[in-house]
Amino acid sequence: MQRIGVFVCHCGTNIAGTVDVAAVSEALKNEPGVVYSTNYQYMCSQAGQDIIKNAIAEHGLTGIVVCSCSPRMHEATFRKTAAAAGLNSYMVEIANIREQCSWVHKDMKTGTEKAIILGKAAVAKVNLNAPLTPGESPVTKRALVIGGGIAGIQTALDIADAGFPVDIVETKPTIGGKMAQLDKTFPTLDCAACILTPKMVDVAQNDKIRIFSYSEVTDVKGFVGNFDVTIKRRARYVKEDVCTGCGACTEKCPQKKIPNEFNLGMDNRRAIYIPFAQAVPKVATIDLDHCNMLKNGKCGVCAKVCAAGAIDYNAKDEYIEEKYGAIVAATGFNPISMDKFDEFAYSQSKDVITSLEFERLTNAAGPTGGKLLRPSDGEHPRTIVFVQCVGSRCDSCAQKGKEYCSKICCMYTAKHAMLTRDKYPDTDVYVFYIDVRTPGKNFDEFYRRAVEEYGVHYIKGMVGKVSPEGGKLMVQASDLIDNKQLRIEADLVVLAAAIEPDRSARPLATMLTASMDTNDFFTEAHPKLRPVESPTAGVFLSGTCQGPKDIPETVAQAGAAASKVIGLLAKDKLMGNPCVAHSDENMCNGCSTCENVCPYGAITYEEKEFRMPDRTTRIRRVARVNEAVCQGCGCCTVACMSGAMNLKGFKNEQILAEVDAICR
Amino acid sequence: MSISKEPYRPLIVAFCCNWCSYAGADLAGNNRLAYPADVKIIRVPCSCRVNPTFILRAFQRGADGVILCGCHPGDCHYTSGNYYTRRRMALLFSMLDYLGIERERTRVEWVSAAEGAKFAATMNDFCETVASLGENKRLEDLRCKK
Amino acid sequence: MADNKKLKEDVLAISGVNVRKCMKCGKCSGTCPSYGEMEYHPHQFVSMVESGDIEKLMQSESIYKCLSCMACVERCPRGVEPGKLVEAIRLISIRRKDANRLTPDRISELLDEDMPQQALVTAFRKYTK
Repeated sequence: MQRIGVFVCHCGTNIAGTVDVAAVSEALKNEPGVVYSTNYQYMCSQAGQDIIKNAIAEHGLTGIVVCSCSPRMHEATFRKTAAAAGLNSYMVEIANIREQCSWVHKDMKTGTEKAIILGKAAVAKVNLNAPLTPGESPVTKRALVIGGGIAGIQTALDIADAGFPVDIVETKPTIGGKMAQLDKTFPTLDCAACILTPKMVDVAQNDKIRIFSYSEVTDVKGFVGNFDVTIKRRARYVKEDVCTGCGACTEKCPQKKIPNEFNLGMDNRRAIYIPFAQAVPKVATIDLDHCNMLKNGKCGVCAKVCAAGAIDYNAKDEYIEEKYGAIVAATGFNPISMDKFDEFAYSQSKDVITSLEFERLTNAAGPTGGKLLRPSDGEHPRTIVFVQCVGSRCDSCAQKGKEYCSKICCMYTAKHAMLTRDKYPDTDVYVFYIDVRTPGKNFDEFYRRAVEEYGVHYIKGMVGKVSPEGGKLMVQASDLIDNKQLRIEADLVVLAAAIEPDRSARPLATMLTASMDTNDFFTEAHPKLRPVESPTAGVFLSGTCQGPKDIPETVAQAGAAASKVIGLLAKDKLMGNPCVAHSDENMCNGCSTCENVCPYGAITYEEKEFRMPDRTTRIRRVARVNEAVCQGCGCCTVACMSGAMNLKGFKNEQILAEVDAICR
Repeated sequence: MSISKEPYRPLIVAFCCNWCSYAGADLAGNNRLAYPADVKIIRVPCSCRVNPTFILRAFQRGADGVILCGCHPGDCHYTSGNYYTRRRMALLFSMLDYLGIERERTRVEWVSAAEGAKFAATMNDFCETVASLGENKRLEDLRCKK
Repeated sequence: MADNKKLKEDVLAISGVNVRKCMKCGKCSGTCPSYGEMEYHPHQFVSMVESGDIEKLMQSESIYKCLSCMACVERCPRGVEPGKLVEAIRLISIRRKDANRLTPDRISELLDEDMPQQALVTAFRKYTK
């Protein structure tokens, strides 16, 4: 039997004005387990807390009930008070007789009656409380960043800056991501490479950062502070530590006709290649699918020309296992496929391109050396039509495209239009828009400059059809403001394709048990107050894997994610929430229902040996809750068919006792 | 059973999730938005913590109505708990209806931490509805009656 | 006004279109092959239905200029389906006046060498009830 003390607070007149506090403390005296009951003006004051502490010592209390304001207000205060008096802080329950009683009821009589009932419910609950101790777990002081774009780079640099080791895993042969493919960045028109490549070099030179390029995460086990991760390092058939990146092999390789992914297939690369001049690590990679030597053993030119002797045709995929305390997802985005948008003739004409292809066409390191030339005939285009919102803001019932706004297209289209008019003033540039959305510092000013200074024709309306006609593109569109249909003979059509999360995000989310929305963007722990944390403890989000973002936002979020990681890694031990699920293994039938409903992947199964009544032993499969991962929602307790699962601090018995006390 | 001289007041048990609805109820208090004292709130971590047995027990012990409040769909603190609630309660309520506990006596409402006014309005409405139905006797264990 | 409200409800019920989904991008008008012949254009159909201006649409020849090619339905990013609105308005118009746009008596004068029979069948389907 517990020895319970009840403390009723007046809260000045806040409670005492509508509730007869003396009557409440008197009535609760007779409740089972209650050995002491009193009331005081301000329980949360120092004097009030002293009353509680003294009572605990004097009456040997094992549990206390404070009838006061909301537990959201002062539960922590009274828990500390109890702990200071040597009582387990989870032996404290609050009866909310202010916000949910005195403040919402006018009548003294009903208010008092209700306060007594709420107090009885709290007493009934405390009678069944058990002391709880938060679990402790150590923290591995190393972070993993998955994705080596600007988001991953910035996060890794910021974490390393705080002195913690970081590993970056990138599937491509080089870090840099999409930003490395861009030409200029809005709204300042800095050259993307000029601001990105120094950061890439910083990453390479930082001794706290390891880069696993051409690699992927294949398995994640464990929980916050203690992740066990398997990383597959794909064979690149070139020894990374030996290759000097001189590029001799990439010039001599006889396989010349392989579409260059970095330039989005607009030119060719060799079977052994370095994606671009500033690649980090600057190491060649052999493309297994196209190399003659690897396919049929006939060639070996690269090995002959390599002065460093870095080529190794016998290399194998390697798997490495590493422990991490925190994981940051920074998997980024891709433009969507234009397959479902026949009306824009993307597959019919080479001169219909996506905006990312336009970036490569205008990039000095791109396939045309920065000259804006039509992909079909290499001529300079005189009329360019930009189409916005291609695949963005589509209704789900239309079954093509995405429902969300891709956010970056308005600004990069303004940038493309402006740069084109700046470099080639003889070019006519049309932008067809539905809405121009330019929130952001200096963004609207930028768009207005495109219109006012550079004379870009912005037309409110959508392109309905693009048809290739005699080497030109006939663009049929509507102008909603002039209420007319336009037919424009264009040389080049640029589609602002919607962006979607990278395909690797979905399987990664499954491995991390991190949740995703219907569009495969990672969901954040709270959309406003915890925007860079995944609901799964220890998993953080950086960049566009969480939602469409431009570069400044990505960098800001990357820094925020890094600071959260640093906050976690700076701890030596993690204190958990002790109100977690617990399975009674004698009752568990191993059905896996709880495992399936758990949003955190906190429940695993283990084979355990049980002694049977007839003295034999039997091995049964039973659920085990990882207390460091469990967040205590209690979903499993309801799903459990055998009633084995319970939630500490909110046990079935406790809640039933509250129900009973209220209904009595 | 004695005939009560006082006007009939229903007994209503409200389960509120800690993160949204309980905070919403607190906000109703902060804004002094009145609702009947018939409502007694039990705090649970998430609406998905509410086991159907809690609701059955409440009716058995003489509750006249039970209301469950959780975060709005998509806003669950635990990401998906309220979806489970929605499905479980749809089943439970239809079963209770079959057992003779009218649909109006049970309810699931989504109340966010910012919706103090909605909380008070919901409780006023629910109390009125349940009061108009009168006392619930269907599942009640008469031995529990005073 | 009340009459217009009823008309609007009828159009929406017959077509099954949710005009509120429209985000006024004008892709329907951009794609329409009969645009030049029309007084009101596909995107205007949607906004006029939304504001309840059905009478005006019914008086206009525009709804009979629509070829029912359904390009607007196919390409609308929001799945609004303006073409179906046109069909619904035609239907209401025909029902109300009890006057089909095409009567069998007129067939002989319409027939000529170049007219494919299928066009007549289609015309009957579209302009009669």
